[in-house]
Amino acid sequence: MTEQSEVAENSSLPKLTSLARSSIQILAGILGNFVVKRFLFFLFVVWIAATVIFIIPRLSGQDPVKEKLLLEAQRGGAMQTGLDEMAKTYQKRFGLDQPLWTQYVNYISDLARLNLGVSIAFFPRTVNDIVFESLMWTLGLMGTVTILAFVLGTLAGAFLGWPRRPGWLQYVFMPLLTLSAIPQYLLAMILIFIIAFKLGWLPLFGGYSPSTLPNLSWDFIVDVLRHAILPAFAIIFSAIGFWAIGMRGMMINTQGEDYMIQADAKGLKGSRIFMRYAVRNALLPQVTGLALVLGTIVTGQVLVERVFSYPGIGDILFQAIRLSDFFVIRGIVIVIILGIAGATFLLDVLYPLLDPRIKVRNT
Amino acid sequence: MAESFASSDSMNPSSNGGWNQFNEERITPIKKYALRNPSLIVGMALLFGMLFLVGIGHLIWDTEMFRPLSTPTRLPPTGEHPFGTDTQGRDLLAIAILGTPLTLRIGLIAGITAISLGTVAAFLSAYYRGVIDGAIRSVVDVGLAMPALLILILVRINVGRELSTDEMGIAIGLTSWVFPARTIRSQVLVMREQAYVELSRLSGTSGMGIIFKEMMPNLIPYITASLVASVAGAILASIGLEAIGLGNFSQPTLGMTIYWNIQFSSITLGMWWWWVPPLVAIVIVFVSLFLISSGLDEWSNPRLRKRV
Repeated sequence: MTEQSEVAENSSLPKLTSLARSSIQILAGILGNFVVKRFLFFLFVVWIAATVIFIIPRLSGQDPVKEKLLLEAQRGGAMQTGLDEMAKTYQKRFGLDQPLWTQYVNYISDLARLNLGVSIAFFPRTVNDIVFESLMWTLGLMGTVTILAFVLGTLAGAFLGWPRRPGWLQYVFMPLLTLSAIPQYLLAMILIFIIAFKLGWLPLFGGYSPSTLPNLSWDFIVDVLRHAILPAFAIIFSAIGFWAIGMRGMMINTQGEDYMIQADAKGLKGSRIFMRYAVRNALLPQVTGLALVLGTIVTGQVLVERVFSYPGIGDILFQAIRLSDFFVIRGIVIVIILGIAGATFLLDVLYPLLDPRIKVRNT
Repeated sequence: MAESFASSDSMNPSSNGGWNQFNEERITPIKKYALRNPSLIVGMALLFGMLFLVGIGHLIWDTEMFRPLSTPTRLPPTGEHPFGTDTQGRDLLAIAILGTPLTLRIGLIAGITAISLGTVAAFLSAYYRGVIDGAIRSVVDVGLAMPALLILILVRINVGRELSTDEMGIAIGLTSWVFPARTIRSQVLVMREQAYVELSRLSGTSGMGIIFKEMMPNLIPYITASLVASVAGAILASIGLEAIGLGNFSQPTLGMTIYWNIQFSSITLGMWWWWVPPLVAIVIVFVSLFLISSGLDEWSNPRLRKRV
């Protein structure tokens, strides 16, 4: 990272005065160092998580493959005589007959190449295949909705914590804040009952109509959007309140600050004080909060998907649990943790852009 | 904090002693405070009101009917079964009476486990600093990146049997102490530099003495607020685990009722009496915990008192 930025610097060296050059180099050094540090931490988190995921099954002494075969045998009423034989072949296929250390190295090196293994229940299909297909649905809907809820909720909170807001705002938003206390999947159930079941305006479940095949036609896109409306609203309604509450508290905290009084004394316009002085300062803890609660957001959405039978990660996770398909479950957990750690890393890297004081602190 | 409210009123001369004095010194400030902090009172009233109804239910209703096949199936609410029955022949009033305190119990066990672990870790880390601080901080940082629900799913899959509700509470507590540890740690760090802690240290009080005599009493409001938030989070996690099919199938918790609802698609069957009671119970639990925790927040963080 630092090497690259230095190369870029060298090519433009002659144009710059020595002072400007050195200050840019220092800045790049700080930024590069910071990014590298955060990236190393990201790798560290993923590695620890992967190790924990590897250790948990070994601690319990259960054998996921044999477990699965036993279950199949019970369900199908098949003879259990060949079971041990079968388990051995399966274990060889999944590499479970090697010593623990080799298994661990194989597992980590597979992971480094983003290879999550093979599904037990749908044998020839790889976990990557299954997970990434559903990840498209989850990211498409839930990613958009999370960002939307963050922006809308933060704005709502900013207005609620602003002394010069219109009075009616309080009565519109306060009930919305209480909604944040209700879990998203319960809100989802209420929405399904009223809008989809009683009124019949929108489809009851799924990501698209069962009679259609996924394609890129206009009709299919409209169909997908119609299916996405209810899950989206379920999440937005409860998430807006969460962000609004945090933002409102931070806005109230900025009110007594010296820079606010100074801005007022300078005779700046209200809108400018609001955006540049109050919101900009109140926003920082919100961004930190986004990084902190990312995990709960993702798992909450997993359950919303379950309620709607939405074909995303949550639904696949439920299916995998039902079929006790250990490798798919493990794959989903790894992908979600990768996503959360990655998003946290991005937020950390972008944070200095929002708060210039961070750069000073790192020198 | 609490002392300061009490002492502000104890300045009034009160001659009678006994109950009158107690009333003026302790009860009146609480009443006054309650008027200033309605969310705490409304939240408590909601929660205890619901528990009161559950208690009455225990006395007058045959709760053994929570078992499947103990009643005719799919009955809408009638005089004999005021809350109706479900597809597998459970009486839904019995479910509501048993399930609500059971779910609260899971939350309480998990919350207490998480807050105890979190507080100990926070004090070890923030007060003693050094190597311990580094170790605990890295565990917390890594733990925050791993959603507790996912780890619970993995653990539950690998345990291979159904957890009892108490075990589930402990498991949730063990995976969710990192967030309280982090927030309490930052509080301790601030408090550690305060003059009265410094003074206590200079006058030779031991580390443990400072922690328990000087810091703890001042952190109680904050820790209580964290506990309420933790309980709410744990209930959310337990319902999540149960809704995804990893709960205890023989227990009538609110989460398991939600699971059966999703499983038998009661909404599309029009069996509103099946999903409305657990939903209302869960909403009351969360709204009341939310109100209590924002009321406690106001108590522990006086800056929020400047209502805009």
